[in-house]
Amino acid sequence: MSLLRAGWIIARKDLVVEVRSRELAYTTLFFAVACVLVFAFAFVREGRALDDAAAGILWVSIAFSGTLALGRAFERERQNETLKALLLAPTERPAVYLGKLAGLLLLMLCVELVVVPVVGLLFGAPIFRAPFLLASLLAAGTLGFAGVGTLFAAMLVRAHSRDVLLPILLYPITVPVIIAGVRGTAAIFAADPNFDAAQSWLSMLIFFDAVFVTLAFWTFGPVMSE
Amino acid sequence: MKTANRFVPFLMLGAAVMFARAPFMIHDAPMESTMGLIQKIFYFHVPAASATFLAAAVCGIASALFLWRRNPAADHVAVSAAELAVVFGIIVLATGPLWARKAWGIWWQWDVRLTMTLVMWMVFVAYLLLRRFGGPGSEVLAAAVGLFGMALVPFIYISVNYWRTIHPTTNVVPSLPPEMAAPFWWSMLAFVLLFAAILIVRVRLESSRAALEDAYAALED
Repeated sequence: MSLLRAGWIIARKDLVVEVRSRELAYTTLFFAVACVLVFAFAFVREGRALDDAAAGILWVSIAFSGTLALGRAFERERQNETLKALLLAPTERPAVYLGKLAGLLLLMLCVELVVVPVVGLLFGAPIFRAPFLLASLLAAGTLGFAGVGTLFAAMLVRAHSRDVLLPILLYPITVPVIIAGVRGTAAIFAADPNFDAAQSWLSMLIFFDAVFVTLAFWTFGPVMSE
Repeated sequence: MKTANRFVPFLMLGAAVMFARAPFMIHDAPMESTMGLIQKIFYFHVPAASATFLAAAVCGIASALFLWRRNPAADHVAVSAAELAVVFGIIVLATGPLWARKAWGIWWQWDVRLTMTLVMWMVFVAYLLLRRFGGPGSEVLAAAVGLFGMALVPFIYISVNYWRTIHPTTNVVPSLPPEMAAPFWWSMLAFVLLFAAILIVRVRLESSRAALEDAYAALED
């Protein structure tokens, strides 16, 4: 069985579980919206948001809710004792990584489909100014975040105090994603938009994705073997 | 490792002598024309930063070796180097703002080198937290963190450099006048000797600790 096909089967399994319970989708989505709301109270003065606040709030909400989804996705495998079965499956270990990453990516992109309009609505951010560029920034940033996050969440499954350790490890390492995502989005949302800058931030994100997803893909096998 | 241990007293002695003489050399170095006395922090700040990055590189390489070869010695080097990266990082992060306050008028600036050093320092603190609280098997997980921490450095550098920068570039060091270069390289060598000595001692401690743990485990079986 090819690597991609095995990955797809694992992703499909996760999606079927998710469609039936909708646990992750509902909780993550609600958490992301709650985050936006909390920031709205902090950064809106006299009915107007501070400059660049919308971009920052959007990305922080994505990072926070993504961490929640990552932790839960693997907690579910651990509670049902299915992670061992998954790792024993007659396929290469990286296929498990690819499958989990694909499932989480899809989930986070669904959450963003709701959070981006909410940010647009509450902060008056011009989300339709450069829809393709914004979507690419979000997709590339989410891939970088989830690519590193999937590896860390998977390896922390067996560790003590994993709930605390996941954000502690994940946030410093995904700093470039946050910087590039926030700066790129702010360049689009600014009163005087700078699409060239957004473009170069996008290339930087793609470069980050290429290196870190490859690195995570390689390390998944050695990290997950006893 | 045995041969490395034999160097420790010489490294320690060398570092002690060099650190004892360093303040006199730094005192004799000429005052920098615009910053004056505060610029003397440079002679400790930059060598400490170099030691931090050296430790980070050692930790990253040792982590990669441990991850793929599962050589316990590599893990001992990795954890020792991570601790040193945190310790030398504290020196950098303490001397930096002191200097910045006088030279730039602010304690902190989100400049490329400052951000990179801070984030890298945080990665290594996270590495140590993971080892401390992760429970059994956390050394493999920590190795992945060490590897990612090393791979992260160029990205933070590029992203913040593009964003904003005011920190002096690396061009400063080669263009130093000889009266300033002498104490600078003297401090640099002192820091490297100290780094090597502590690293060797710490690796030895970690190997003994692991051997003791194995002995306990064997006794219980």
